[in-house]
Parts: sequence; C-alpha cells; structure tokens
Amino acid sequence: MALLQIAEPGQSAAPHERKLAVGIDLGTTNSLAATVRSGEAQTLPDLQGRHLLPSVVHYAPGAAPTVGQAALERAAEDPYNTIISVKRLMGRGVEDVLSFGEELPYRFSPGEGGMPYIETAAGPRSPVQVSAEILRALRERAEQSLEGELDGVVITVPAYFDDAQRQATKDAARLAGLKVLRLLNEPTAAAVAYGLDEGEEGVIAVYDLGGGTFDISVLRLNKGVFEVLATGGDSALGGDDFDYALARWMLQASGIEIEPDAQQARYLTTLAREVKERLTDEASVSVELTVAGQRATVSVSREQFDAVIEPLVKRTLRACRRTLKDAGIGADEVREVVMVGGSTRVPLVRTKVGELFGRDPHIEIDPDRVVAIGAALQADVLVGNKPDSDLLLLDVIPLSLGLETMGGLVEKVIHRNTPIPVARAQEFTTYQDGQTAMAIHVVQGERELVADCRSLARFVLRGIPPMAAGAAKIRVAFQVDADGLLSVSAKELSTGVESSIQVKPSYGLSDDEIAGMLKDSFSHAEEDLVARALREQQVEAERLASALEAALAQDGDALLDEQERAELTAGIAQLRTVAAGTDAAAIEAGVEQLAKMSDEFAARRMDHGIQRALKGHSVDELDKESR
Amino acid sequence: MDMTRNYFELLGLEQDFQVDQALLAERYRELQKQWHPDRFAHLSDRERRLAVQYTAHLNEALATLKSPLRRAQYLLLLAGRDTHGEGGAQLDPMFLMEQMELRERLAEVGGADDPEAELEQLAESTEAALRKLQTEFVTLYSQADLDGAETVVRKMQFMTKLQREIEAAEDRLLDD
Repeated sequence: MALLQIAEPGQSAAPHERKLAVGIDLGTTNSLAATVRSGEAQTLPDLQGRHLLPSVVHYAPGAAPTVGQAALERAAEDPYNTIISVKRLMGRGVEDVLSFGEELPYRFSPGEGGMPYIETAAGPRSPVQVSAEILRALRERAEQSLEGELDGVVITVPAYFDDAQRQATKDAARLAGLKVLRLLNEPTAAAVAYGLDEGEEGVIAVYDLGGGTFDISVLRLNKGVFEVLATGGDSALGGDDFDYALARWMLQASGIEIEPDAQQARYLTTLAREVKERLTDEASVSVELTVAGQRATVSVSREQFDAVIEPLVKRTLRACRRTLKDAGIGADEVREVVMVGGSTRVPLVRTKVGELFGRDPHIEIDPDRVVAIGAALQADVLVGNKPDSDLLLLDVIPLSLGLETMGGLVEKVIHRNTPIPVARAQEFTTYQDGQTAMAIHVVQGERELVADCRSLARFVLRGIPPMAAGAAKIRVAFQVDADGLLSVSAKELSTGVESSIQVKPSYGLSDDEIAGMLKDSFSHAEEDLVARALREQQVEAERLASALEAALAQDGDALLDEQERAELTAGIAQLRTVAAGTDAAAIEAGVEQLAKMSDEFAARRMDHGIQRALKGHSVDELDKESR
Repeated sequence: MDMTRNYFELLGLEQDFQVDQALLAERYRELQKQWHPDRFAHLSDRERRLAVQYTAHLNEALATLKSPLRRAQYLLLLAGRDTHGEGGAQLDPMFLMEQMELRERLAEVGGADDPEAELEQLAESTEAALRKLQTEFVTLYSQADLDGAETVVRKMQFMTKLQREIEAAEDRLLDD
C-alpha cells in the first residue's frame, strides 16, 4: 500500500497501528497523565498506585532531582531546594516573581532576557527546567505503563495563560522530549471529559479553580464541536491563596508574634492546607502549631474560614459575570456548570457558584482528574487513532493582543475572546521625516497603557526608505495558531522591506538557552550529540523525500503539470544526495528548501482530499484508486 | 480552500445583509470540521501551517458576517466602497449633535443616582438606534443607493463605537 502521507483529513496514515498518546495535566499542585485504553480514558498510576504526582521537584547537590511525593516530603526541612507551585513562575519576569514575596521563598537570580532562575543546591534552575522535570517523570510513567515511546501528548494550560506562559509550557515539553500535539485549555478539556459521555448540546460553563490559577469558560456544544464563546479568569489566583490567607489568620489567632521565615512560612502554609481540607467535611478543626519554639492551639470553624477566603471567592465570581457578558449569555441560559480543580471541593466555592448560575454544579468526575481525562480524549483523536471522531475544539484567545503606539498607549490588534486561529493586520506610519526604522512592541492585556499590559516581544523593522512623516505604510501582521501562540511580522508596503519573529516572550528562554539545556540533559558526549543531530536530519530528509514520492505517485498526474512534477522529482534526488553527506546544517537547509517547493502541491492535495471526502469516498476506495 | 472567494460564497450564503445566523453557525462548524489544524495534527508542519491560514481566514469570514456593522461594510467593499478608513461621507449636524449628547450622558453616568440603570437605559437606546440604522441600510442597499448606504454605515460606526464604550463602562462598574 502506498504511504498515504496526506490521506483524508482525520484519517490515520496506517489505520491498524494504534499510536500512543497521553493527555497531561501540568498542574500547580499536582500533575497527572491519562490515556485512552479500550475506548476509555483513564489516569495512569505510578508503581505504588498513586495517580496524582505532586508538582514538586527537590534538588540536591550532585544528584538527579527527585520529583513528586518524595520531593514533597523534603519541602518543610529544605524549602529553598524544594520547588513547589513552579507553574506560578512560568513565563514570568523577576519582578513578577519577587512580588509573590514570602509565599514563594526562593532565591532568584536573573537569567538572559529577564527570566528568573531559582538558586538551588544543584545550581540555578529556570521554571521551565523545573516543569520539564515534572513532565519527564510523567513521560517515564506513561512509557512504562504503555510499554512504548509516546507519539504525542496534549498538555493542558489555564485558559487564561498569556502567550509567555504558553510558550514557557511548550519549551518545558521540548526539554522533556515530548511531541506536543496541542496545548489545550484546561476548562475545555474538562468540558470534553463531561460532554462526550453525556452527548450534551447547549451552553455549559466550566469553573476551574486550581492550586494557583482560576479559569472560567463558557462553551457551546453542538454535535461534537466544542465552541468556546468566552473565557476569563486570573492566572495568579487559586487554592494556594486560600492557604496563605488562612496561614496568616491562624498565626494571628495563635497570638505568636513573629515574622515567619521561609521555613516557618512553609510549615504554616502546609498546616493551613490540612485545616482547609478537613473543613470540607468538618464544621470546626482544632490544630496545635509550634513556631519559633512557641506552641499554641488554634481552632478554626467553617464560618471563620469562609470569612477569610470570601474576598478571594468573590474575585472569581466577578470574573464569571464578566465572562458571561463577553459570551453574550445570561446566567439562566447556562444549562450545565462543571467544576474542575481541587479547590472546588471547598464548600463555600460550591455554594457561591451554585447561587450565581442558579443550579447545582457537576462534580461527578474527580475534579483532580477531569482535565487529564479530557486531554487524553483529545490526544487520542489528534494522534490519529479515531479517524471518524467528530470531536473538535474551537478555542478563543483569552487576552487582547496589541502594539505600543505613541505616548505609551496600546492599539489592540486582536481582541480577547476572538476565535483562534486568527490572523489580523494593522497599518502604521512613521511620525518623523526621514525615519528609516520602526520599533515594534507587542503587548498582551486589556488595559490602555502599555505599562499595565504584559510585554511579549520587541523587534525593529529597519530599512524603511526615508520619506516624509506619515508617508511610509507599515503593515504589522499577527497570527495566532490553535495553541494560542503568536507570531508577528512587519512589512513596509511601498518597498517590501520585511521583518518577522516568532514571538519569544520577553521573559522566556532564548533558543540558545534551550539548546544548552537540551545538551545538558543528554548524557552523551559531544561527538554523540553531533552524530545524533546528523542522524535526526537524515531521518527528517528521508521522511520528506519518501512522503513526497508517495504523494507524487498518487496525485502527481492529477494535480501537477509536467514541469512542476519534474522540479519536485529533481528536488527529491538533490535532497537525497545532500543527505548522504555529513553536513547536518546543509541537510536541514535542503529539507527546508524542498518543503517550501512542495508547499503548493501540499495545498492542492489538501483541497483535493477534502473534496473527495465530501463526495463520501472511503479510504479503501482511495487505496484502490491509487493502485 | 479558495481564499479568493468572498465570505458569502465561502460559507454558502446569499450575498445580502440579511444572514440566517443559525445557518451561518452551522456552515462555519462544518468547514471548521474539515479545515481545523487539529485535523492535521498527526501530519506534517506544512499541512498544519496551511490549515492555520485557512481557519484564520474562515474565522475572519465568521466575524465579518456575524457583526451587522462589519457585514454592511463588507457588502459595500464588495461594491467597491471602502468605509474602513477615516473621512468619507459627510454626516448631518443633527446626528452629530445627538452623538455629543449621548457621549456626555455616558461621561456623567458615574454621578447618576443609579449608574447601573442609567447605563442600561443608554445601552438600550443605542441598540434601538442601531436597529433602525440597519433597517435603513437594507432599504438603501436594495435600491442600490450606495451613497446613502455609505452614510448609514458611517452612522453605524459611531453608534457601534458608543456601544463599546458603554460596555467598557459596564465592565468598570462590575469591577468596583
């Protein structure tokens, strides 16, 4: 059978071979992986039968880091080297993380481009590296359990994550050696987990309160299509904040007058968390606490706890109202409310959300696991295991994207809650006579002043021909892909001078930094690394060459004229010649070149394939045709 | 996907101001099912990149045909009239006076006894004015009075902008 590199959309190239895909919920407090087996999505336990992996990494000098429960057990005694809640640091700058203050007691040092590095006993570690350790642990767990290498993963992120936070997550996956099929928004994943079981139609709201983030999404379900109407939230508000607030309250109630240091703060927070969890079932909890050699017994009633966290819960409700408004939906039009995240176990949260929507929220699926389960269902479809699935997730961009204009003001180019993928362009002009360069500053956020928004990237368009002020026309184009990741390009229209960047967040890792970390993470010697890079490029070249050959054999006659076909055939031969050599960079360039040459052909084949699909051909028929 | 076809053709709808929104949503979902990058997730980067371009185009088509103002502007654009830039048709002084009064009312909302009710009233009258303008547009457009239609679109732009400002004010009220 010919290799159907481009078969029907949604058809897997080799229908009988089941690919290994997992959904990963990379959480603030806990992380977990799930997969679809025998048609059912299940979370994957470790060897001890535990499903949740605490998102904690402990670093010791000269040893591999420990991840999960073992690391968590070190938290109280070794707070500086035990990294918890690292998700809160993802995509953030040094100033952002310092504002977390006592709550994240790490020693930070600035890296290249303002990325904060955490000083650990094993050396400085970026939040991306810490997250990669967690992902690596889950990858090992999944590969052991599924007995094979993973073909792809879906990683969930809070819907409210901005571009920098998403990019950081993707970088972490890259470091962990995972192929990311999609970054999926957590509430959307939860909706999938519920919606598929129940074949639901109509509008649903997903309230997702995790350890460190809050999301609210309003979706419309229709025949397998999940269309996000609006999303909102707060990427720095979660159950951790309940713990901090309660810890402060408990310390005050104890009458012990100290300024807690890192270790004491961690101790108090852990204690507060236990109290919070017990208050879910008990009306009042009494604990003994020992700080700085002083002892006290503190009792907390449910009412007192409710009063402590009420301002935080109110903040989430405000975001809910705003998101309903953005969606153009009244609270009474919402048919179902789904609860996600461990913090939705708190009774006050359930009560208040129930009141807002006028109905009891769904809690049937374990709120700690529901996101991973949804992600696994999506991963199974994306990897190509379910060619007939109708499942399709249409998401939106959570925060507006814009450019800095004169006077530090933001000109929005793409508004929040615009469906993605999206491409938009805006024209600007020069403001001085003879201006030959223009600085472009990309920001994300809702506020009018640049200073109040998140700075995503800066770049400069040079080579504008000198003209009178206002005569040059600069077109800045934004494109956001299905993962919510942005790329920006700028072009001077009269001359065609162009500049483009894949937006690398201001607080992200540079490509060099990632390359360095990847290198560090391999145990190979330098030569091995070179050999490996060469082999990878050779595999990539052969993959492209043979796929293109198969495509030519199948559709070359129908879709190409003689000259086009001859060019592609020559291109394949040339790439194979280059690939037989040992210059990895030349092979990479060759792959890029041939891929570009075959773009038009690929586009025609996509069109053609879909037209055939619309006529209702099956794969078998196509196979016969191609013989 | 032929990206040179106009949005109405792309979505299989009649080229007219009246658009059946339920049908639009249905066609949109059908096309998304075929073209979304996720359909190509297990294939190469090239197919995915094309799919991103196609669905971005499709999303632009949806946004254009969903919004009454953008739909009207698009119809005029197809008729050779670009109403996206500054300037253009002169608006009558009466209309401009009304606009100034409405904006003054909006600016003073904070001082009203019941700001929420005042905002709501303002939003309702803006909505009503917009509906009236839309009816005018339909008539003028069907009579091929493009000058008249263009003037109406300019007015719709004013009112839509006001609507956005009212919404922003509502947001601020929600935050307090």
